[in-house]
Amino acid sequence: MKELTIAERCAIPRHSMPHQDPKERIRNFNEVALGWDRETAMEEAQRCLLCKNPQCVSNCPAEIDIPAFIREIARGEFLEAARILRASSALPAVCGRVCPQETQCELTCVMGKKHEPVAIGRLERFASDYALFEEELPVPAPAPPTGKKVAVVGAGPAGITVAGDLVKMGHEVTLFEALHQPGGVLVYGIPEFRLPKEIVRLELEVIQQLGVKLVTNFVVGRTATVDELLEEYDAVFLGNGAGAPSFLNIPGENLNGVYSASEYLTRCNLMKAYLFPEHTTPVARGRKVAVLGGGNVAMDAVRMSLRLGAEEGHILYRRSRKEMPARIEEIENAEEEGVRFNYLVNPVRFIGNEGNWVTGVECLRMELGEPDASGRRRPIPIKGSEFIVDVDTVVVAIGQNANPIVASTATGVETNERGYFIADEDGRCTKPGVFAGGDIVTGAATVILAIGAGKKAARAIDQYLNDGAWPEIAPSS
Amino acid sequence: MHTILSKQVLTERTWHMRVSAPLVARRCRAGQFLMLRIHENGERIPLTIADWDREAGTVDIYFQEIGATTELLATLEAGDSILDVVGPLGNPSHVGKLDGTFVMVGGGFGIAAGYPVARAFKEAGNRVIAVLGAKTRGLLICEDMLKAVCDEVYVATNDGSYGTRGLVSDVLQTLLDQGENIRLIFPVGPPIMMKVISQMTLPLKIKTVVSLNSVMVDGTGMCGSCRVTVAGKTRFVCSEGIDFDGHEVDWDEMMSRQKMYGRQESEALAHYHEHGCCKGGER
Repeated sequence: MKELTIAERCAIPRHSMPHQDPKERIRNFNEVALGWDRETAMEEAQRCLLCKNPQCVSNCPAEIDIPAFIREIARGEFLEAARILRASSALPAVCGRVCPQETQCELTCVMGKKHEPVAIGRLERFASDYALFEEELPVPAPAPPTGKKVAVVGAGPAGITVAGDLVKMGHEVTLFEALHQPGGVLVYGIPEFRLPKEIVRLELEVIQQLGVKLVTNFVVGRTATVDELLEEYDAVFLGNGAGAPSFLNIPGENLNGVYSASEYLTRCNLMKAYLFPEHTTPVARGRKVAVLGGGNVAMDAVRMSLRLGAEEGHILYRRSRKEMPARIEEIENAEEEGVRFNYLVNPVRFIGNEGNWVTGVECLRMELGEPDASGRRRPIPIKGSEFIVDVDTVVVAIGQNANPIVASTATGVETNERGYFIADEDGRCTKPGVFAGGDIVTGAATVILAIGAGKKAARAIDQYLNDGAWPEIAPSS
Repeated sequence: MHTILSKQVLTERTWHMRVSAPLVARRCRAGQFLMLRIHENGERIPLTIADWDREAGTVDIYFQEIGATTELLATLEAGDSILDVVGPLGNPSHVGKLDGTFVMVGGGFGIAAGYPVARAFKEAGNRVIAVLGAKTRGLLICEDMLKAVCDEVYVATNDGSYGTRGLVSDVLQTLLDQGENIRLIFPVGPPIMMKVISQMTLPLKIKTVVSLNSVMVDGTGMCGSCRVTVAGKTRFVCSEGIDFDGHEVDWDEMMSRQKMYGRQESEALAHYHEHGCCKGGER
């Protein structure tokens, strides 16, 4: 194959991702983004400048050797590309779908300075899917056993990463999951139409083939405490997630038909309520659904409501489109699907009927004032602007709090005033042998940041298992 | 997979099962519950752990056939298995030595949930009375078990077929009239019964702790499905309960939330009656 010049690489336009037609896809639960064929992937891969000092890598929390895997795709060596991805990440097919590449690797892609960045995420998805569906990638030979045992609490992105990295280092790893199915937010939170559960299952199968032992239906803090785990394991990693829904604490919030996003999405995704009654878990199939919030979870919930048959799916967000924290791709997907965005509105109470079922959300209109601590313009209520949005189902998607079950039963593992574990940059907690990472340290964030925390923690755990040293722990931020 | 070791019919639609669940049995205490899922397509339902044997690794559950999941559960036999059992969940009941009598007021199959708490209060050295209610004699459960751990057991039946004719609240009133020094009342059963008892004891300033049975999905505080207003604040039954001060619970909200899926429950039941379902985790 002929090596392209820089000018030739720059001349290739970035390839788009084919999507299911919006009118079709709101009537099914299948993945919206359809993926690339080999030709598209190879052509996109040729856009990569193969920088000697790749800026994309320094902005990838999973530490993937991005130019190396892209070079292999350009050569048509897809399995080798997947091998490079899996060497750094236990969840490349997941990340290729849900990672906000526009704020990570693709943000710093050198090609992106003058042209559009290389579509790193889509290439990651292509190569890792190839190894899941087209040609099997043999599992690497196990490292010599170290004889050390590690308990990983929570089979979400952080825990899966820690488990995958530690088992490759030769440690014996047990991954404890509270639910009946591993994956954490990847299975209960993110819908099938954005991340097929088969992908999560297959990537989990890989780390199990590597030797990770998975125990489901085990609630650390209830079934056993962290202290008990420390009697049996040399180290414990806490990746249990934020895991407690936030509510607005406004009147009427406990009316029937008002859900937290966690409940709404867990019923639909983990419990497959969209297949009710073949699957026994029910969910309200609202005609007019309002989702409160402007993040990715809000987009997932409102798009789910359309697929459940809603005639109107509304987003109620107190700032404007520009300030919405959701990925632009997800906002656009929602817009294409006919979601109605109501900006600069703030719910003040829920109204119910005599049967205690929600019938409306009373809102105030807002205007934007000066920037606040987050740098976004602060919404200010406009007096006397109350109005009512008629609804029959509401989903509150305004974030997460720390679930106290693990922390409250772990002695000496300190939390901050909001209930999140205090940990240093590498995840060391205030008790020797206990590490933490992901949302239960940072508060609700992204899958990729949890993976990054997992990678750092895995190295620190390995070091601790080797030397037993434990520094004085001050929180990282 | 969790093997069903024994199964016993108690009344026409109430069952007792002993299930192998060593991890649940190992640490569980009075007042805690478990969640089970029978098969791949099944829902997760909470059930109180009525008894346990740590050495044998077993837990005892009692349930009434009220929907598709419980009807299916009732068709399983000893030797069959349940796909998922997780627990113990919720906080154990606060058990201690009281300066007076502990009264467990149980209604319907809630009596089974009150049993381990009554036993724990007895073991803590208290005088323990159980007041049990049923529509009719044939629907009364667990009377002998409670007699074995209580100082006194009273029964009320709506039709007078056994014990006092009337309601558990009538028996409780009689105890109060007789001057029983009641320090803690623990009503467990239908919400309307718990509400009535709580309203009765409020003016008397007798501490009343209720054990709530809400709609749950995960049972670990993740979803908020089970939320209830207690003393004006939203609380999660699964992670912050399941026991709460009965005088502070917003009963009307609690009862309406419990009925949130009434229509779907009927639909699921009809679907089950028409199509049946797989047994013991086989598809």
